[in-house]
Amino acid sequence: MADYKWPPMDKRRVMGKRIARLDGPMKSSGRAKYPSDMNRSDLLFGALLTSPHAHAKVTGIDLTAAKAIKGVTAIRVISGPGTEIQWAGTEVAAVSAVTEEIARDAVKAIKVTYEVLPHLVKEDNLAKVGARAKAAGEQVTGDPDKAFAEADAKTAGDYGIPVITHCCLEPHGSVVAWGKDKIDFWPSTQAVSTVGGDLAKMLELPATQVHVDCQYMGGGFGAKFPADRWGAEAARLSKESGGRPVKMFLDRATELTIAGVRPSHFAKIKVAGKKDGTITGWQSESWATGGIGGGGMAPLPYVFTNIPNRRMNHTQVSLNTGPARAWRAPNHPQASFLTCAAITDFADAIKMDPYEVFFKNAAVSARPETYRKQLAKAAELIDWKKKYTHGAQKTGTLRRGLGIGIATWGGAGHASKCKITIHPDGTVEVELGSQDIGTATRTCITQVAAETLGLPMSGVKVKLGDNSYPPSGPSGGSTTIGGVSSSTRKAAVNALEKLFEKVAPSLGVTPDQLEADDSRVVVKGNPAKAMSWKQACQKMGPTPISEMGENEPRTAAREGLNTQGASGIQMAEVEVDIETGVVRIIEVVAVQDCGLVVNPKTAESQVAGAMIMSVCSALMEERITDQTTGRVLNADMEFYKLAGLPDVGKLTVHMDITPEHDARGIIGLGEPCAIGGIAAIANAAANALGVRVPMVPLTPERVLAALANRRNA
Amino acid sequence: MSSSKEKPKDRQPKSAFSRRSWLQGAGVSGSVLTTGLLAEEAQAQTAANVMSGEVEITLDINGKKRSVKVEPRVTLLDALRNRLDMTGAKRVCDRGTCGACTVIVGGKVMYGCSVLAVDAVGKPIQTIEGLAPEGQLHPVSKAFVNHDAQQCGYCTPGFIMATKGFLDRNPNPTTEQIDKALSGNLCRCGTYMGMKAAVLEAAKEIKNG
Ligand code: FES
Ligand code: FES
Repeated sequence: MADYKWPPMDKRRVMGKRIARLDGPMKSSGRAKYPSDMNRSDLLFGALLTSPHAHAKVTGIDLTAAKAIKGVTAIRVISGPGTEIQWAGTEVAAVSAVTEEIARDAVKAIKVTYEVLPHLVKEDNLAKVGARAKAAGEQVTGDPDKAFAEADAKTAGDYGIPVITHCCLEPHGSVVAWGKDKIDFWPSTQAVSTVGGDLAKMLELPATQVHVDCQYMGGGFGAKFPADRWGAEAARLSKESGGRPVKMFLDRATELTIAGVRPSHFAKIKVAGKKDGTITGWQSESWATGGIGGGGMAPLPYVFTNIPNRRMNHTQVSLNTGPARAWRAPNHPQASFLTCAAITDFADAIKMDPYEVFFKNAAVSARPETYRKQLAKAAELIDWKKKYTHGAQKTGTLRRGLGIGIATWGGAGHASKCKITIHPDGTVEVELGSQDIGTATRTCITQVAAETLGLPMSGVKVKLGDNSYPPSGPSGGSTTIGGVSSSTRKAAVNALEKLFEKVAPSLGVTPDQLEADDSRVVVKGNPAKAMSWKQACQKMGPTPISEMGENEPRTAAREGLNTQGASGIQMAEVEVDIETGVVRIIEVVAVQDCGLVVNPKTAESQVAGAMIMSVCSALMEERITDQTTGRVLNADMEFYKLAGLPDVGKLTVHMDITPEHDARGIIGLGEPCAIGGIAAIANAAANALGVRVPMVPLTPERVLAALANRRNA
Repeated sequence: MSSSKEKPKDRQPKSAFSRRSWLQGAGVSGSVLTTGLLAEEAQAQTAANVMSGEVEITLDINGKKRSVKVEPRVTLLDALRNRLDMTGAKRVCDRGTCGACTVIVGGKVMYGCSVLAVDAVGKPIQTIEGLAPEGQLHPVSKAFVNHDAQQCGYCTPGFIMATKGFLDRNPNPTTEQIDKALSGNLCRCGTYMGMKAAVLEAAKEIKNG
C-alpha cells in the first residue's frame, strides 16, 4: 500500500507555514460572491410571514389582499389553519415578488387569525417551569455523601449561562431556481455535500436533481447544516413562479429568533475537598433549555471527569422558543464555565491559588500531563505568578483579577473524498464537495496538495463548494480539517504514483525510486537526475491522471493522518470598575493543541476569533425573552450585543506545536478553542471582585448586584 | 461596556430625511422596550404602503453615473445590492448597528442601510468595488489579507470601507483612534486580533504611496 504518512515536521515546505488565506483578496475586495449576493437574471425576492405568538393555533389565513398586490408572483401557506405553533417566529407563509419591498408589503397584507395558547419562554427559575421540566435521571459514582461528610472544606454555588444565538452575519437563506431538469440551489451552508439531498427530500425529488453551489458563506457556527423550511419554500415559490430564481434570506429579527440558539445551562454545584486542594466530591443539580425539545446536557464535571465521588442530576426544560442548533462545541462552553467556576470558588474558599488547584486536580482528567504543561505555559504568558492575589486582598475602584478556563474536544476527521487531476500541461485540480466557512479550509487543502506534489501553492487549484465534487462531510464538530487534509493527501499520493509510473522509464529507474520536490520529479538520493514537473507531466500522454483519496473515520486513527483529542487552557485578566460594574478585558491568553497544524497563521486567527466569541458570551450575549408577549425582546443587533474592536483587550494565542502533538496527526480546532474563554473571564471577574457573579453575561447590573449581596450578607 | 456601540458621529446621515426618521414616523423603531409591541406592529402595517411607486434616479457611484429605478423607501444599500448588482456592501442588521453596509457618501463614512437611495442623489458614492480595479488590491484590503483580519469575510468589506474613510481623514492614527473609528462595525467570527496592525500597515503603505 502506498505510504500516506505526513512528511516529517522538519521536511515540510508548505504545510506548517504561515500562509495568508488564498481567498483573502476576494473577500477583502468585496468581489467574493456569497449566496446572498447571487443576483440571477429574472430574480424574485422572497419574504416570510412569521408567528407573533409563542404558542398558538392558526385558525385562519386570508391571502386576498396579498394576492391583489401587483408584482407578487406566488404565495405559499406554510402553517395552515389547524397548525399548532410552538414558538414565536415560526414560518406561517411565504411570498415571492419582483422586488423585496413588494414581497414585504405582501407579507404584511396577509391576515392570519390565531387561537392563542399558554406559553412558557423563561427557564432561569426552575421552580417556575412546572410540568415543562423533565428529569434526565441521577448519575452517582463513588460515595458522594461520605466524601462531603469527611471533607476538609465544602463549597456551594449557583451558576448560570443563558441561551445565546449564533447571530451569523450572513443570515440563513438561499437563492434557488426550479429549472426544468434540475434545481439550482445557492444556500449559505456548512454542508455542501449533504444540503442538496436534504432539500431534495423535503421536495420529494431525487437527490440527483439538486445542484448546490456555495463558494463563500458568511458564518454558520453550527447553525447552517439543513436546507431548512425556508429553503424548501423558496424552491416551491420558484416553481410556482415559472422557475424564476427566488432569493430568500431571513431578516435579522427572524434570524435571531428561529435560526438556532445555544442551550442555556444553570446549575447548583457543591464541591468537597481537602485542605491541600484535592477535590474529592462533586454534586450538581443542573437544568437547561434549547427550546421545545428540551435542552442540551453539559458533561459535568467537565474535564475533571474522574473526581472520585460524584452525584449529578439534570433536568431538561421545554420552552416555546426557537430551537437549539449545534453551536461551536455543543455543551462544552457551558460545561467548562460551570465546572471551572465551581472549582475556582472552592480554591478561593480554601485560600489557595486556583492555578494550584487546577494543576493538582489535572490528575483526575484524561490528559494530566498535557493540561499541566498548558497551564504552566498560559500562566507564563499572562504572568500569573506575579499578578495573582486572592480576591479578598483587592482594594480600590478599578480591580483586576485572573481566571482559568479549560477545554477538551475530539476533532477527528469526517468522511471525505477528494479527487486530484494532473493535466498533461502540469496544472493540477483538487476537487472536494467541502466548504470553507471562514476556517481557511481552501488554503489548508492547497497546502496539503502542494506539499505532497512538490509544487508551490500556485501550482494547485482547489475547487470546493459544489455538490458535484466528491462528497465531504459537513463542517461541524471540528471534523473538516482532519477529513479533507487526509483525503487530499491520499489522492495526491495516489496521483503521484501514477505519474511516477509514466516518468520512471525515461529516468531509467523504477517508480518507487522517485519523489516530487521543488516542482520537479527527482530520483531519490540523486538530485541531479530529475525532470521538471512540466516535462514529467508531458510523459502521461493526452489523458490526464485522475485519482481519488478517501478519509474513512473508522480506519483513520490507525492510518494516523488524523486523530482526536485536543486540549486547551485559556486564562483571562479583567479589570472591574466596582462603582459602575463594568468589566473590561485586559488580556486573554489561549494555549491550544490540535496535533499537526497545517497553517499556524489561520489557526491562530481561528483561536483568536473563538476567544472573542467568548468575550461576547461572557460579557454581552443573552437572548432575552418576555413571558408576557412570548417574544424575543432583543432580536436585533443593538440589544443583542456583540463585542467590537475596542472590547476585546489583548489577545495572545499560543498554538501548542510540538513534535509530540505533531506526531498525533491533524486534529480539528474550531470547537476546542471556543470552550474555555467564558470560564476564564467569569473567573477573572470573580477574582477581581472577591465575589462570584453567578450568571453570565457579566453585565454591570449583575456585577453591582453581586457586590450588593455581599455587603448585605 | 466600553463605548463600542456608540456610532461615530459622522456615520449618521446628515439629511433630515433619513430612513431612520422615516421609520420612526411610521412607528416602527424604538418599540422593543415598551409594552405595546403587538399594537405598534399593527400600526406599522398600515403605514407600510404610504409611499409607493418607483422613480428613476441617477447615482454617482465610483465615478460612474448609474441610473436606477427605486421606490422612495429603498435604501442605498438595497439599491446597490438588489438593483445594481454591487454586492460588496452587505446587509446584516439593516438598521445602523453593524457596519457591514458601510459606504462613503460625499466623503463621509455611512451605513448604506440607513441612507435612502433617493437621498444619495447628487453625492459621490464610493463602494468597495471602486477601491481598486479588478485583480488589484487597495492597500487597506491588502493589509487585511496580510494580517488575516478576516474569516468568513462577510463583515470585511464594511470594515475596509470604514478604515478607508478613516484613513482619508486621519492618515496618522493611534491605536486608540483606530479602536474608536472601527467601533461602529461588528464581526461575528472575531477577526479583531490582526485588525489594528492591518490598519497601521495600511496607513503606512498609503503614505509611502
Ligand atoms: S446593515 Fe447597515 S449597519 Fe448593519
Ligand atoms: S469575518 Fe465573519 S463576520 Fe467578520
